[in-house]
Amino acid sequence: MNELTKLTAKDFATDQEVRWCPGCGDYAVLKAVQRTMPELGVDPSKTVFVSGIGCSSRFPYYMETYGFHTIHGRAPAIATGVKLANPELDVWIVTGDGDALSIGGNHTMHILRRNLDCQILLFNNEIYGLTKGQYSPTSRIGTRSPSTPFGSVDRPVNPCAFALGSGARFIARGIDVHKKLPEVLKAAHAHKGAAFVEIFQNCIVYNDDVFAPFTAKDNSGKQLWLKSGEPMLFDNGTKGLTLDREALNLRVVDVVDGDWQGADVIVHDATNRAVAHMLIDMPFGAFPMALGVIYDDPRPTFESAIIRQNEEAAAGKQPDLQALVSRGPNWQVTKEPREI
Amino acid sequence: MATATHYVPADEPRSAEAPEAVVVRFAGDSGDGMQLTGGQFTLSTALAGNDLATFPDFPAEIRAPQGTTFGVSAFQINFGSAAIETAGDAPDVLIAMNPAALKTNVADLKPGGLIIADEGEFGARNLAKAGYEGNPLEDGSLARWQLVRFNISQLTLDAVKPFGLGNKEALRCKNMWTLGLALWMFDRDRKPIEAWLRTKFAKAPELAEANIAALNAGHAFGETAEIGSPLKQHHVDPAPAEPGLYRTVTGAEAISLGLVAGAKLAGLPMFFGGYPITPASAILHHLSRLKEYGVTTFQAEDEIAAVAAAIGASFAGQLGITSSSGPGIALKTEAIGLAIMTELPLVIINSQRGGPSTGLPTKTEQSDLYQAVYGRNADSPLPVIAARSPADAFDCAIEACRIAVQYMTPVMLLTDGYIANAAEPWRVPEMAGYEPFAVAFHDRALGEGEAVNPYARDGKLARVWIKPGTPGLMHRIGGIEKNVGTGHIDYSPENHQAMTDIRADKVQGVADSIPDQDVCLGSPGGKLAVVGWGSTFGPIHQAVRRARGRGLDVSHIHIRHVWPLPKNMGELLRAYDKVIVPEMNRGQLKTLLRDQYLVDARPVNKVSGQPFKIAEIEAAIAEALG
Repeated sequence: MNELTKLTAKDFATDQEVRWCPGCGDYAVLKAVQRTMPELGVDPSKTVFVSGIGCSSRFPYYMETYGFHTIHGRAPAIATGVKLANPELDVWIVTGDGDALSIGGNHTMHILRRNLDCQILLFNNEIYGLTKGQYSPTSRIGTRSPSTPFGSVDRPVNPCAFALGSGARFIARGIDVHKKLPEVLKAAHAHKGAAFVEIFQNCIVYNDDVFAPFTAKDNSGKQLWLKSGEPMLFDNGTKGLTLDREALNLRVVDVVDGDWQGADVIVHDATNRAVAHMLIDMPFGAFPMALGVIYDDPRPTFESAIIRQNEEAAAGKQPDLQALVSRGPNWQVTKEPREI
Repeated sequence: MATATHYVPADEPRSAEAPEAVVVRFAGDSGDGMQLTGGQFTLSTALAGNDLATFPDFPAEIRAPQGTTFGVSAFQINFGSAAIETAGDAPDVLIAMNPAALKTNVADLKPGGLIIADEGEFGARNLAKAGYEGNPLEDGSLARWQLVRFNISQLTLDAVKPFGLGNKEALRCKNMWTLGLALWMFDRDRKPIEAWLRTKFAKAPELAEANIAALNAGHAFGETAEIGSPLKQHHVDPAPAEPGLYRTVTGAEAISLGLVAGAKLAGLPMFFGGYPITPASAILHHLSRLKEYGVTTFQAEDEIAAVAAAIGASFAGQLGITSSSGPGIALKTEAIGLAIMTELPLVIINSQRGGPSTGLPTKTEQSDLYQAVYGRNADSPLPVIAARSPADAFDCAIEACRIAVQYMTPVMLLTDGYIANAAEPWRVPEMAGYEPFAVAFHDRALGEGEAVNPYARDGKLARVWIKPGTPGLMHRIGGIEKNVGTGHIDYSPENHQAMTDIRADKVQGVADSIPDQDVCLGSPGGKLAVVGWGSTFGPIHQAVRRARGRGLDVSHIHIRHVWPLPKNMGELLRAYDKVIVPEMNRGQLKTLLRDQYLVDARPVNKVSGQPFKIAEIEAAIAEALG
């Protein structure tokens, strides 16, 4: 492993020309992942990136690891086969809002409830980019697009709420260009089980600045970066979240002179599922955007359970193919065949 | 009792005493346990050394309303002292557990055949449910047949009385009473059935004993009741067979065992992704119990995930396998295209059923040949194999595994509902006699300045298989077209032409590794060839045998390798004046043969959810030779 510790971001880049639009948020995510990998100390030959279809799903071609660019929506299912076949592989899934939540919603739900050990990076740009700009399942009501020239009318899905409802044990959010993205990626990698990361990713061509209300420099006060054990403060520590214990919801409070205790600001406990639900669901505007590790409470993984059951079922049994095909009520014919 | 003589020309005199072959059909409500009864009768028949073939025929509903005609479940068995190829055209004996079972089955019974009816179930209510105005047991409408009737329900209740069961539970033993009578009729041993009942009801010994009491009562009834003719005891001699160890096997069992053997011969762990669907689920059930053979089974969230996970496992170095029926295969199709594009081994089993759409889930059909050979977007060839019988399915499954790993390609194995459920005796193969085809993963370290090329090919055009985890050979594959020389994304016109041609040539090259097409009965040329594939083997074979017995110049060709076809196929077909193709579809193999060889193959079609009768193929032969 000594040799591996010397790896740099460059070692995780392929010689392929990156083919995203200039200015696409995907570049920033790719850089962040390539920068994070050496810090994780992973072996590129034991790392697999699996993707579906869409702009983000070209990701594996740019990672000097094993990679499988599959079909629309099915990356979680393919990844499940990869991991069950070889649990030693470090499996990353790269997907988008359409890929993971529309055509592949079913697989996303099931990989999360099964808790396959992997990292799921969902690049949410609230649009179908590769097919030239149709509204997506995360687009806000009223989104005008080639397929909704008068504005979309259906309510969007909240990816993290979907993940929590599906039984995910790790839920985090990051921003494509934000310096804290590597930290989020590291936490996801450290979590044993399905780690779901929603990355707000700007589509410069079809949905530019859709996340600007909290990603733009001037709006960084609307970002609530969560850290377990620390108070839920934002806007340079001048605001915080408190729990309204009667109404059972969160409330924004002002924090004067850093006295967050006095303002009854609550401390983030990433294992608290109920609060995680509130953080994910709080309406942006009146509330900040919850970012970082929202929920992290590991449970045994799917592949470990499968492997244990396979081993237990096989324990003490000698695989004997000849005995297997002969099994069951059988009879011996000794006579020579007679002519019919 | 009437005598079935499926292997002798109809005009030969029949033996009055020892019947050579007998067809028995058990029919009752779907809750009456007819499939269990038939299955156990099959086992005792096999242990008695008879050759046999069965045809389970049941409704899609698990428990249809009692007493209705659409809730009737039937199990037919043909057994004898000579080679048996089909489940029999028409029963000699019909055991009818209620009026609906009689109504829906009696028309198939041979003239002069025997009806055994449970008169206890022929009350006004059940008669009305079956649509009878009068009682057929009394009104003479069954005069064409021999009828024996007794109150099986009451006799069963009497027999199990000592065990203190409730009325409903006690009546559930009816099928064992009936089985006991059938075992007496054909001089069968009850011991294996008793052992089976004790295992089945290990947790409820009183139920085991009640069922055994019913079984014994049915047997004793045959022995002691003075019914006289037509209810007599018969002995059917063991059928001649090659010496060896035998067992019975259903198609689903044989495929499961064949897949285990195939993975072993390839030297690979098996990954099986499945999703419940009739009639394919039995394969998932069998394999899920064989974990000690390196089998991982995964019941996925849907058909697509089942095949996708299998593809993922193949990418990671296991043998990925998935199985379904037509509607599920349709869902898997895009992923199969991915396996074709990424050139990963994959075995896909299609247990065909009646369609389109939900169609006839529990009935048999061979109408997915177009789907298998042609049914994908783009130029997407893959090898297709078809099993002809439950026992043949074992070798076909091994063959599918061999082609998949040797050619780095998905392979479709076609079977059908009939093969999947039907049982037949199977001579247990000597596994040492099978040639291994061990996979060699590519793991050679790169030379100076050398780049990984996942599309480097061998002489068969199969690409290298590099397992993730192999040091230094990181590479990316995917559904996007790749450069023929480097494996990088490449949309250029000449490259797509080259890659499309290679994919087609590779699959066509499989023909180099398969035997020439044989003529399984008859001569390699002449007036008429009857060409079949899949589960029509039995009726075609018997029909051709009978026709040849009458001196007709007709031969039987049965195709295992549907795609690519054996290399001599065109020449062979052209050696006959006429070619007919019986199929349980509207003429799909016929189209393929016409397309490939410009031969005037004529269709003989049946799409009723029921297998061909021998007589139907005989009629087609007579017409063709007209």
